[in-house]
Amino acid sequence: MTTVFKKTPVLTDTVMHYCPGCGHGIVHRLVAEVIEELGIQDRTIGFVPVGCAVFGYKYFAVDCVEAAHGRAPAAATGCKRVNPNNVVFTYQGDGDLASIGAAEIVHAAHRGEKITTIFINNAIYGMTGGQMAPTTLVGQKTTTSPYGRDPEHCGKPLRVAEMIATIEGAAYVERVSVDSVPNIIKAKAAIKKAFQCQLDGKGFALVEVLSSCPTNWGKSPAEAMDWIKSDMIPYYPLGVKKDRTNE
Amino acid sequence: MAKILMKGSEAIPEAAIQAGCRFFFGYPITPQNDIPEYMSARLPKIGGCFLQAESEVAAINMVYGAAAAGARVMTSSSSPGVSLKQEGISYIAGAELPCVICNMMRGGPGLGSIQPSQGDYFQATKGGGHGDYHLIVLAPSSVQEAVDLMHNAFDLADIYRTPVMLLADGIIGQMMEPVEFHEHEQRKLPDKPWAVTGWKGDRPRSVVNSLYIEVDELQEMNDRLQARYKEIQEKEVMVELYKTEGAEVIICAYGTVARICKAAIALCEEKGVKVGLVRPITLWPFPEKELKEVMAQESVKRELTVEISAGQMHEDVRLALNGMKPADFYGKPGSYTPTAEEIAEYILKTREA
Amino acid sequence: MLWTNIFAGFGGQGVLLIGKLLAQAGLYEGREVSWLPSYGPEMRGGTANCSVVVSDAPIASPCINMANCVIAMNRPSLDKFEQNVLPGGKLFINSSIIDKKATRTDIEVYYVPCNEIADSLNNPKVGNMAMLGAYIEATKAVDSKSVLDALLHSLGEKKAHLIPLNEQAIELGKQAVRDQIK
Repeated sequence: MTTVFKKTPVLTDTVMHYCPGCGHGIVHRLVAEVIEELGIQDRTIGFVPVGCAVFGYKYFAVDCVEAAHGRAPAAATGCKRVNPNNVVFTYQGDGDLASIGAAEIVHAAHRGEKITTIFINNAIYGMTGGQMAPTTLVGQKTTTSPYGRDPEHCGKPLRVAEMIATIEGAAYVERVSVDSVPNIIKAKAAIKKAFQCQLDGKGFALVEVLSSCPTNWGKSPAEAMDWIKSDMIPYYPLGVKKDRTNE
Repeated sequence: MAKILMKGSEAIPEAAIQAGCRFFFGYPITPQNDIPEYMSARLPKIGGCFLQAESEVAAINMVYGAAAAGARVMTSSSSPGVSLKQEGISYIAGAELPCVICNMMRGGPGLGSIQPSQGDYFQATKGGGHGDYHLIVLAPSSVQEAVDLMHNAFDLADIYRTPVMLLADGIIGQMMEPVEFHEHEQRKLPDKPWAVTGWKGDRPRSVVNSLYIEVDELQEMNDRLQARYKEIQEKEVMVELYKTEGAEVIICAYGTVARICKAAIALCEEKGVKVGLVRPITLWPFPEKELKEVMAQESVKRELTVEISAGQMHEDVRLALNGMKPADFYGKPGSYTPTAEEIAEYILKTREA
Repeated sequence: MLWTNIFAGFGGQGVLLIGKLLAQAGLYEGREVSWLPSYGPEMRGGTANCSVVVSDAPIASPCINMANCVIAMNRPSLDKFEQNVLPGGKLFINSSIIDKKATRTDIEVYYVPCNEIADSLNNPKVGNMAMLGAYIEATKAVDSKSVLDALLHSLGEKKAHLIPLNEQAIELGKQAVRDQIK
């Protein structure tokens, strides 16, 4: 019998709690496959956030730390400084990273911390029930912007990848999307490069992943993927924002 | 080894290093800056790491990550900064990680002053952050004792998998006294199989976490913590009893204030009044039993708590005594350090009353 | 014996240093010592003071309110701390820049022309050492040799050539006290 597909051993067999059509499952698998392909499962430490990925430690088959809301980059820093040979990554959502943890991510990048950050941008707070995030699009309705995000009232969405790219210590920053198969393939390549950047000791790496949240967007999974394409990508252009990995 | 004259806030980090601390994460705040400054000079030379974090919040979370990796790690700050660390301290307690936090207390609330204070007693001994937890709280009253307690602090943290706080006031930090760094008896320390060091399949996967979403699982974690706290209360109380035998008045005070009280006791002695001192060295666990035993003596008429606070420790004293004898308080909140003369005068005056 | 001392003056007059030297000298002589600076905004530019205890027995409190000895290097220090001398205690006044006399009559007062002594040695920085010399002459709390050892420890070998100058300043300070006792 020929094996045509096998789940990566870097994901556990635990059934994920994510909603149907959620992008987290896809990104988890990409991260896990990259860890497997780079042969670093036995020395990788995952720092998971507060947010929908809070149970990430149940799914990634590596040693894991559950960090306080927004603090994963600081906690990961402590760990990496103790054991520089470990491969340390943080996996954070947009409330966690772009709002409450803005200082921690900026300064991890600023120090050129040799860690890898996977940043899930789904334009909303998922875990707490669909509140407005710094990444929520203008006009987008959420439970705390019931009339749509009004830029006069709370500004325009934060472009994290572009912001982090301006920081000297950031060696590699790219924005990707998981809305389609070609984009998922590109996303995996970016995640791999971000881990390789750490293995090569180049500095801080961040991959921003545009991801779906059908439940809180009030859309079907297919509609959600379409919305990433039609509404998110125009505001959050995909591509490499910074690459110093060849220097 | 000969005694050397050393400032508290340099002796403390040196003692931490000698106790095996190799990682320090902090943020500048007066009056404790000598500690991070000392660490920044020493740690890189001995294979450790000092990092100035972007905030106290980040610093304590770096401590969380380093402790999760199994390191002996420490942070220090002063009152307003320690308030910022409370979130992280709660997570460290919940995740059952060892670490040492030094608080050089200054006056509060708010920005307060930079003068010595004891206003953080509640915060330190009652947990400080959210949830049912305690820190082991050690309160030195001399530079030598601060040095000796650093060794205890790291050992206790490892043995009980709990954050330990060295609660000192600005005077302990700024004062120079002779110190001796002598060999310490090494307590038997547990291994750290729970540390995140990379999962090679030779042990269960390590997950450092304080999230227990199921009610019964969270209960189990809390029961484990409470059982540990009970054990700490039974085994780890430290207290100094000074001239308590046959005393008429018993002072309860800690830290530098206890030193001032010793001078006040000498002044009372000159007037023929016997006064003793119960000085908690562990503020948590509080030396409840020891205080009660001293107070039970027939000679003892009353108790007097002296603090640079509105009477925070005094609440624990009253709980311990539970009405057995009169318990009085002398002190002011903020940063006013009472003098030996005024304490003695108060004792003599209230005696006649 | 128990010596409780308050050293006070302008920032830059070296009062914290002579306090430290006394503590270090006491330590060399096998005594219990403590040195406690006042700290805070006054550290920056204003007045500076420190409490130094030298004792044959363990020190109860390093925080001094009433002291056996007060060393006032400038007028504000005298105004502030004269009242803190214990009855029968000693007050040392830098008479070069303090024109006021002590008002207390229940204490011993020594007037030490620190700045003149320093000027006579062509080094304005050693006025504090003259005061320390006066202090040890009047109290015998420590030996001047221990103070010089402490100074060498503080200066380091590279600046050891400054020791004779400081020794002279200490000697002239002592002389000032001897002259007054006569």
